[in-house]
Amino acid sequence: LADVSHVMGAIKTQSPLPRTFSRGIQTVTLIPGDGIGPEISTAVMKIFEAAKAPIQWEERNVTAIKGPGGRWMIPPEAKESMNKNKIGLKGPLKTPIAAGHPSMNLLLRKTFDLYANVRPCVSIEGYKTPYTDVDLVTIRENTEGEYSGIEHLIVDGVVQSIKLITEDASRRIAEYAFEYARNNQRTSVTAVHKANIMRMSDGLFLRKCREVAENFKDVKFTEMYLDTVCLNMVQDPSHFDVLVMPNLYGDILSDLCAGLIGGLGVTPSGNIGANGVAIFESVHGTAPDIAGKDLANPTALLLSAVMMLRHMGLHGHAKKIETACFDTIRDEKVLTKDLGGNAKCSEFTADICRRVQDMD
Amino acid sequence: LADVSHVMGAIKTQSPLPRTFSRGMVQDPSHFDVLVMPNLYGDILSDLCAGLIGGLGVTPSGNIGANGVAIFESVHGTAPDIAGKDLANPTALLLSAVMMLRHMGLHGHAKKIETACFDTIRDEKVLTKDLGGNAKCSEFTADICRRVQDMD
Repeated sequence: LADVSHVMGAIKTQSPLPRTFSRGIQTVTLIPGDGIGPEISTAVMKIFEAAKAPIQWEERNVTAIKGPGGRWMIPPEAKESMNKNKIGLKGPLKTPIAAGHPSMNLLLRKTFDLYANVRPCVSIEGYKTPYTDVDLVTIRENTEGEYSGIEHLIVDGVVQSIKLITEDASRRIAEYAFEYARNNQRTSVTAVHKANIMRMSDGLFLRKCREVAENFKDVKFTEMYLDTVCLNMVQDPSHFDVLVMPNLYGDILSDLCAGLIGGLGVTPSGNIGANGVAIFESVHGTAPDIAGKDLANPTALLLSAVMMLRHMGLHGHAKKIETACFDTIRDEKVLTKDLGGNAKCSEFTADICRRVQDMD
Repeated sequence: LADVSHVMGAIKTQSPLPRTFSRGMVQDPSHFDVLVMPNLYGDILSDLCAGLIGGLGVTPSGNIGANGVAIFESVHGTAPDIAGKDLANPTALLLSAVMMLRHMGLHGHAKKIETACFDTIRDEKVLTKDLGGNAKCSEFTADICRRVQDMD
């Protein structure tokens, strides 16, 4: 298996901010989530313990509550914990159906200004897909663009939706993408756009990418139309490296790329916020049909936790855990059902723990 | 080759598929049938799907207008580097022309030409360079013509 440690990202923060740090142990806010969330979180904690990772978990619930004034908000204990620890690991959340209840992910994003969504997509040996040599990263601007939520009715039957692109957000995401590329020894950054059609909005985005590229001459910068990216992606994804793009394109491409490597059950994800906050999360659903039955696959959350370790500079532990995970999958002996086997979540977890311990 | 004549026509479907299309597409495109969508999504998905079957060199396309106008077209580029050298692959334009015949109700001719084209490609003996062979455009064309004539 190729060395993928550079992919599961060291995400450099802008300035070193104090984190809760006690006797070499860093505290991380853990949000187990719903459905299979608690059991896959337990799996990750077990593996981290077996790897002797210097992490201490502070569990919090982020189910939205109504604050004073009737506005939906994250519970104060959760917010305090995240602001103190800066780093979070999150499982899947169900969005309550109650009327007026906001999307939990949207609430988290707004609360912590999570402006970059980062998904490294690497083909996993032992989990076959039609694409065998994927090794790319999608970096999606997550605050504006087509998802600004600004829509209005012009007349009956005619609706307008505003795609908002700002200089600041575009510059910020471009800077993040280039820094990520540099910190992770990636060769190139490709801006994905449709500036030929959306001349002003995508044009502004592209201009900012070009400007930032000037400050990162050690990283190759290219530009590609979104439709061409999709056309080429499904024919030969090995051509792609780091991709940076506005919100909607990122939404689509990040899922497309997850599909290339096997789906959301094995894809890690990280969200980078403005004040040194970073929340790593599995992006699959809560899978209520298998919740509590020891059937879940913890890979996505585990690989997200590996991304988190690299973000925190704990490269040794990251590599150890990641290698153990990939070895277990490559070996194809102890696989959860979604990976093609019939092992329990606890057996899969135990196999990784064993490998991690054998490495010492 | 499965009977794809129903693909090169105009069929209405009633039931939408509630899936995440991009991800579902690359994992198992066989789940999808007719997809209708607004402009941007169509720009993206139409190219993505063309990629799944081999790219713009083999993908047909039709544009339907309001006053009964319909223009069928190949959506690849002009390929100036091979222009005039008898190296081009006419498949995309040919399959678009087959779409056109069906649109005009000429199903028999459409089926004949389409079958001949697919048979030539399936046979893998006379293929243009982009399809993995080293035949000239005229040779590829002649092979299809021969098959078409043999069908009578």
